[in-house]
Amino acid sequence: MRTKDFVVRFAGEGGGGLVTSAELLAQVTSQVGYHVKTFVTFPSQIMGGPTFAQARISTDPVLSYGDELDVLVALDREAYNTHQSEVRDGGVIIYNAEDFQLEEDGKSFGMRIDELAKSTGNPRAANMVMLGAISYLVNMPDHYLPEFVTKRFSRGRPGDEEIIRGNVMALSLGSEEAKKSGFSLGELEEPTPPTSEQILIKGNDALSLGALSAGLNFFAGYPISPATTVLVYMERNLIGPGKFVYQASSEIESINAIVGAGYAGKKAMTSTSGPGLSLMSEGLGMAWMAEIPCVVVDVMRGGPATGLPTKVEQSDFLAAINPAHGDVSMPVIAVGTVEECFYGAALALNWAERYQGPVILLSDHGLSEQAQNIPKPDLEKVIEENRKIYQGTNGYERYSGEELSPMPIPGGPGSYVANASEHDGMGDTTHLPARHVEMTHRRFNKLKLLEDDVYESENTAENIAIMTWGGSKGPTREAYDILMSQGQRAAWYYTMQLSPMSPKLLEELRGKDLVIVPELNYLGQLASVLRSKGIRAEALTQYTGTPFKVSDLISRITDRIIARQKELVKA
Amino acid sequence: MSKKNPEYDFKWCPGCGDFGVKRALEWGMEKRNIELEQPMENTVVMAGIGCSGNTVHLLDGTQPFGIHGLHGRTLPMAFGIKMGRPDLNVVIVSGDGDFLSIGGEHIAPQAQRNLNVTAVVMDNGVYGLTKGQSSPTTELGVITPTTPFGKLENAVNPLQLYMTLGVSFIASGFSSKVRELADLIHEGMKHPGFSMVHVQSPCTTYNDNFDSLKGNVKKGIDPIAWDIPEDHDPSDRKAAYEILNQGGIPLGILYKQEDSQPLDARVQAASEKARSQSVQQLLDSFTI
Repeated sequence: MRTKDFVVRFAGEGGGGLVTSAELLAQVTSQVGYHVKTFVTFPSQIMGGPTFAQARISTDPVLSYGDELDVLVALDREAYNTHQSEVRDGGVIIYNAEDFQLEEDGKSFGMRIDELAKSTGNPRAANMVMLGAISYLVNMPDHYLPEFVTKRFSRGRPGDEEIIRGNVMALSLGSEEAKKSGFSLGELEEPTPPTSEQILIKGNDALSLGALSAGLNFFAGYPISPATTVLVYMERNLIGPGKFVYQASSEIESINAIVGAGYAGKKAMTSTSGPGLSLMSEGLGMAWMAEIPCVVVDVMRGGPATGLPTKVEQSDFLAAINPAHGDVSMPVIAVGTVEECFYGAALALNWAERYQGPVILLSDHGLSEQAQNIPKPDLEKVIEENRKIYQGTNGYERYSGEELSPMPIPGGPGSYVANASEHDGMGDTTHLPARHVEMTHRRFNKLKLLEDDVYESENTAENIAIMTWGGSKGPTREAYDILMSQGQRAAWYYTMQLSPMSPKLLEELRGKDLVIVPELNYLGQLASVLRSKGIRAEALTQYTGTPFKVSDLISRITDRIIARQKELVKA
Repeated sequence: MSKKNPEYDFKWCPGCGDFGVKRALEWGMEKRNIELEQPMENTVVMAGIGCSGNTVHLLDGTQPFGIHGLHGRTLPMAFGIKMGRPDLNVVIVSGDGDFLSIGGEHIAPQAQRNLNVTAVVMDNGVYGLTKGQSSPTTELGVITPTTPFGKLENAVNPLQLYMTLGVSFIASGFSSKVRELADLIHEGMKHPGFSMVHVQSPCTTYNDNFDSLKGNVKKGIDPIAWDIPEDHDPSDRKAAYEILNQGGIPLGILYKQEDSQPLDARVQAASEKARSQSVQQLLDSFTI
């Protein structure tokens, strides 16, 4: 039997080993041309607690994490109990025989992983033992892993050879154990390597690089899961003349710092998650009011309050478009794939510059830690936009009129006051009714500059449409492709640019009998906003802290389409 | 900007201490600009909320850049301006409520970083703009609309607080001594690091303590404000604490750290040591 796709999950007590194993598998397979995607979830504690990391390897581009497991590596009994039901029929469970024993059940075999690792002289080679076993199960060509190990550990250090020898030995010990078990998952088909150059990167790293590619030069952030890795990346890499990065003392400081920097002419960004977004509320209102470019990244987790710090949810959309009191409608870009993390971050900075105001970029926990192969972005094709800067003489009224006007930068001409209170053309405080009307129009008119008409659409003649957002894009797209291959009929729409949304897209959606919106929250947040725009949108929600499974989406979408068709026939 | 702008209708009450602070600020900034041979546009005045915050709209002469920001957030916003653009001069105007109550959490981080900005805090011991409520510097037992049976908290001693938090330049001024205050603001701007100029700026409507500060012979009131002696060595922390221990309101430069190194200098030194990579190099490091 030949297979095009397999999913491996490593589960056990937290710590780096499980994640490393999944990532190593992703690295080695992506190097020989397979498409890969990893998924990691862990408890909110430094060490220990139930963790799992999984990798999906495929000959085709990978859209979702994979519903069912081909291989489960259970390092303790709790992990076995928790995850064994997700192993598909014909799948294999490798369990840690040093921790517990199982009866013969026709799908499990025990391995003394640590003991085998120790026997190589390198007790840290446990993940190589596991990878060796997995490579046998999927009949991976023998040379892939040893070559990878040799390359990885050839660092020009005295101990390199010993480490390589130990690791290669661990691989073959694992492989032999799997062979002894008698199990096999068939043969993984040869990869059809992607035609373009690829990078293997996690969502938060891609997002950071996207921001840098659009000219980011100021970053302040406060540690918070799952956004911390953006701050960490910036601390190492946003250095040099004219650049500044700093760990702030709170999210309140972060937002005010980037507003100050944006005012002073910098391209400024912060990254946070739900609780931090709540604290940034007032500062975002200030940036909106005083028309100061800046970008807030919200890597969503489960909410409300402290919520589920290390789980997946898409429940910050309403908070993102309306984070502050008063008449505010924040531009929101939501990324749905690792590749979009890169381009969405660049777009967010460009939007902030273009309309001179704050922009919110939504990502989520799933994307943040997920390593995936994506085509390497061509930096020469990344557009970098810059705000219109005022170049005239002093006595300028920056806020005059109901449209965007050039922005003075301190040190240059046109001094004015950026005011959190309602203000006149110079930025001085005013309470005149006509002025508040004018300034409100001005702030909302500028949003038109962001109506880009960029969106995906397919089968647009159908009267039922599917439109998801953010990180649910992958599983929904996989479900959609399967539904289409099964003969179902529905249109596909998708955009990163949730607010303001393309007027053309809204017009198309208004013409549909039903727009099904899969989203990971209770309220059906995007669907409710679409309904407020006259679209017959209905959310398909899940709020488990875990991503959608493709099979669930297929059955729920199918049910809803059939029910709707019946309703239409009756009508 | 009020003279040019009839739409802006805010006014300080007659006799308000903030008039004197505004004048001293204009003089202090001008002196610093002449020294640096820089135009006023290189200065940003960062204001908080309250009567003090309106200073940014009321300055005469060539206008600096200004922000009239959120309540209590002058320091974090000034942090963004200064660290984004270390070439700019940044001056904060704030009040006792804005700076010490809602904004209190921001003092320590900037003190530890030694952010190179000057904060001028107008202390009137009351929330003036919201009509007379108690502030962190209102004395214990004082009756205000929000402390109808007398204030139950001890008053903050701001100078003591700045010392404890490690602020590298601390001066104390009085709105009625405009020339001296202008000199303190100028000295603060010259200081390479976080400089605090805490100013007694009485509220004639809700907390008129001019008599108490200056003394009134006719009423038999001794002044609580006194000049720090000329032989005080501001670089001596112990001497600074001894002055505070004498009580009242000492006026002058209380403390000035001699080897003060501001955050922008630390950042520059660290970034010269680090090896920075281009975006292309960073991207290449992820190549499969």
